Amino acid sequence: MDRRDFLRRLCLLIASTGMTGGMSAAAWARIIHKDYDASRHYYGMGIDVDKCIGCGRCMQACKTENAVPAPPFYFRTWVERYVIKTDRSVTVSTISTEGVQPTDGIVEKDMVRSFFVPKLCNQCAHPPCVQVCPVGATFTSDDGVVLVDTKRCIGCRYCIQACPYGVRYLHPVTRVADKCNFCYHRLVRGLLPACVEVCPTQARLFGDLKSVASPLGRFVRMNKVHVLKPYLNTDPKVYYANLDGEVN
Amino acid sequence: MEAVQHFTELAKQVVGFIYPNEIEIHWSILIVVYPYITGLVAGAFILASLVKVFNVKELQPTYRLALLTALAFLLIAPLPLQLHLGRPERSFEMFLTPQLSSAMAMFGFVYLWYLMVVLLLEIWFEYRRDMIVWSGEATGVKKWALKILSLFSTDVSEKAVAFDKKTVKIITVIGIPSAFLLHGYVGFIFGSIKANPWWSSVMMPVVFLFSAIVSGIAIVMLLYMIVVPLRGGKIDMQCLDKMASFLFYAVIVDFSIEVLDFIHRLYESEESIKILSALVETKLFMSLVILQILLGMLLPLGVMVVIRVFKLQEEVRKLLYFVCGLLIQLGIFSTRWNVVIGGQLFSKSFRGLTTYKMELMGIEGLLVAVALLIIPFVILAVLLNLLPPWKKEELARTT
Amino acid sequence: MKFLQKLPEQALRILVVFVILATGMLLVRQFVIPADMKDMTLIQTATMEREADKEAKYAGAAVCVQCHEKQQEIKRGGYHRDLSCESCHDAAQKHADSPTEVKPVSPRKRDYCVYCHSYNASRPTGFPQINPDTHNPRKPCITCHNPHNPKPTQPPRSCAACHAQIERTKAASYHAQLACTVCHTTPEKHKTEPRTVTPTKPDKREFCGKCHSEGKGAKGVPTVDMATHGEKYVCWQCHYPHMLGGI
Repeated sequence: MDRRDFLRRLCLLIASTGMTGGMSAAAWARIIHKDYDASRHYYGMGIDVDKCIGCGRCMQACKTENAVPAPPFYFRTWVERYVIKTDRSVTVSTISTEGVQPTDGIVEKDMVRSFFVPKLCNQCAHPPCVQVCPVGATFTSDDGVVLVDTKRCIGCRYCIQACPYGVRYLHPVTRVADKCNFCYHRLVRGLLPACVEVCPTQARLFGDLKSVASPLGRFVRMNKVHVLKPYLNTDPKVYYANLDGEVN
Repeated sequence: MEAVQHFTELAKQVVGFIYPNEIEIHWSILIVVYPYITGLVAGAFILASLVKVFNVKELQPTYRLALLTALAFLLIAPLPLQLHLGRPERSFEMFLTPQLSSAMAMFGFVYLWYLMVVLLLEIWFEYRRDMIVWSGEATGVKKWALKILSLFSTDVSEKAVAFDKKTVKIITVIGIPSAFLLHGYVGFIFGSIKANPWWSSVMMPVVFLFSAIVSGIAIVMLLYMIVVPLRGGKIDMQCLDKMASFLFYAVIVDFSIEVLDFIHRLYESEESIKILSALVETKLFMSLVILQILLGMLLPLGVMVVIRVFKLQEEVRKLLYFVCGLLIQLGIFSTRWNVVIGGQLFSKSFRGLTTYKMELMGIEGLLVAVALLIIPFVILAVLLNLLPPWKKEELARTT
Repeated sequence: MKFLQKLPEQALRILVVFVILATGMLLVRQFVIPADMKDMTLIQTATMEREADKEAKYAGAAVCVQCHEKQQEIKRGGYHRDLSCESCHDAAQKHADSPTEVKPVSPRKRDYCVYCHSYNASRPTGFPQINPDTHNPRKPCITCHNPHNPKPTQPPRSCAACHAQIERTKAASYHAQLACTVCHTTPEKHKTEPRTVTPTKPDKREFCGKCHSEGKGAKGVPTVDMATHGEKYVCWQCHYPHMLGGI
């Protein structure tokens, strides 16, 4: 809110206090997006590591959909490539939005196993970023998505320090914290997050944990699933199938 | 485009793997300056409280100086935080909707409490009688400044002065836990981040506290040795020796706690130990092993042992105390650096190290940091002028 | 009130200052600051609303098929059936809004297909991958493959077409000279329906024993006593036959 805005509000104050103050949360919720009711959903994502081909389409789509600063830095989602070699060393790299670079000097006979791991905000049920935000500008909405209030974030970057997964960054233009929000604007329209939409191999699945039948429901039923850094007690809602122990 | 170039440059210095968003260090030199400054505040206040609460008579000459030092630094303490915000104009939000679960949200309240209820009140009661007297002697702006500062009170009767003294003592008693709170809480800001193994430690507030006491005593000692001769007085050696002995014990306690923390980490040898060892051995070797431990702790400790054992001459003692004070300041500043910057140099994937390239000119650059460290001394000079800590006869007194 | 009278004059002064400051701040917060700057419910709903109102750039596959039925029909039966249109044609909400003015992109060059289909050892085995340098270099992929229903132009001649990683590992191993089909019986249909008809793996120890049991091995081939070595396990449960040294 800018200064003029604040002053204008100040003038309208006496008239409006009664009105806005008297409006119930449910009433506000209704005008969000026609008949979208956040409290009836609880979103999560499933990622099947064995299906990811490291094409980088999700990274590209995310940047397009959410106007994330152009490459090479800052990502709301990215894909890591793990190579575990015969000498037990682990080489990790972030693939580029142009997909994996084929020439990396790694020879197949030195490889024990190798795979790609897509990463994004885990939308934790106990998010450390929400806990530490001094002004409450980041919060969990009723549908389980951790959102950032770009109008009130002061850019102290405490949340970036608190996130164990490195998914947050300071947006270089707005100078406030930014991160994946499951493409919130798409969810309320009944669309899939952009990364899920374009994933060519269904390595990413999206769904509503409150819904009886959703792709995610089947995913967590049919797979042994794991979350990232479970010992930190953040309770992520991004579930991984076939995740390797080296991934953190 | 410039930013991209800057980051590409940084990316070349990354060792191993970091999460892509970790390319940027988020808490810069300003956040190093902030705990350093609040540490000085808390430490100086603890020194002052030694006089009032624990009746250490020898330290009386440093009492008012310590209070004014604490105030001068406390006034600047919020500035580095404010300047480092992405949106500094929104900092007031912290008072509108403070998030009670956030250690940082409590900053404003702890700060206000300490500034208004502890420090300003104590200084006011301590100086009230003198301000009334001085306003009678002074003329012009200074006269009115003193009158306003004393809130136009006029009562200098014995009964009123006795009340002042009693109040000062009570405030100091409240002040000690408050000073602990002020700096322990700064430690908690770091110590409570479970995502970061370099920070996440229950010892963090304690380490912060004792390093604060060390730096606070040392800065008052340095200031005492500079300001008294400048005002034409003579340094009270008894006071200086006493201060140095408190400093000596404080350093020992601080050192022990840090060593305990270190051994504990090494012995438990958790998941993060490999990357933390790599961090200490490479990126932090200079600032942690050389500056913080060798030059900032062990060397001053050794010098102070030498002073005590060999009963050196007054002049030599003064010189050595001064050098110790400077070394300790350097050491404590390195401590802050190693916590704040060190904690961000390794990836939370525990697979790589990144680099901090300090700006020179920018708002989060070196020059601003230096300016922030100089301003308190300017404020202190003004305060010393307006509210002299020593009376003429005290300065002239020889030991 | 009696307590106040007992206080010395200076204490009263400072008390007044503090009370004024404190009430002043409280009053400002309570009455001057508008509710939508301090009421968390209002603030959060406003944020959700703001996020929800953002413009979507990807229209979603459901929108595309409303007009492009023909492509959908072709796509439905092929390997690309699960691929969203916008995976290749890029964000198309603008095109959906004004179909004639804005046209989505259609990648026609080789460099797009290789995002997914160039060989990389980390890709799951069985995923069709080619080496862009040797696979009909410089020819656009779409001259041979219909992107809406891509098929190999002919059934793959070598196993390496899909199993390049195994092929490359094997090439450096002692089994380099053995064809895949020596150990894996591969039905012809596997070439056209790779996931439904799968090749076999040797299920008996005796299969490996043909070369590696004592007395049978050719010169230089390591042998073991099949009666005592390995007990109940099939050989490939411990030895990786594609790897150098077979370990």
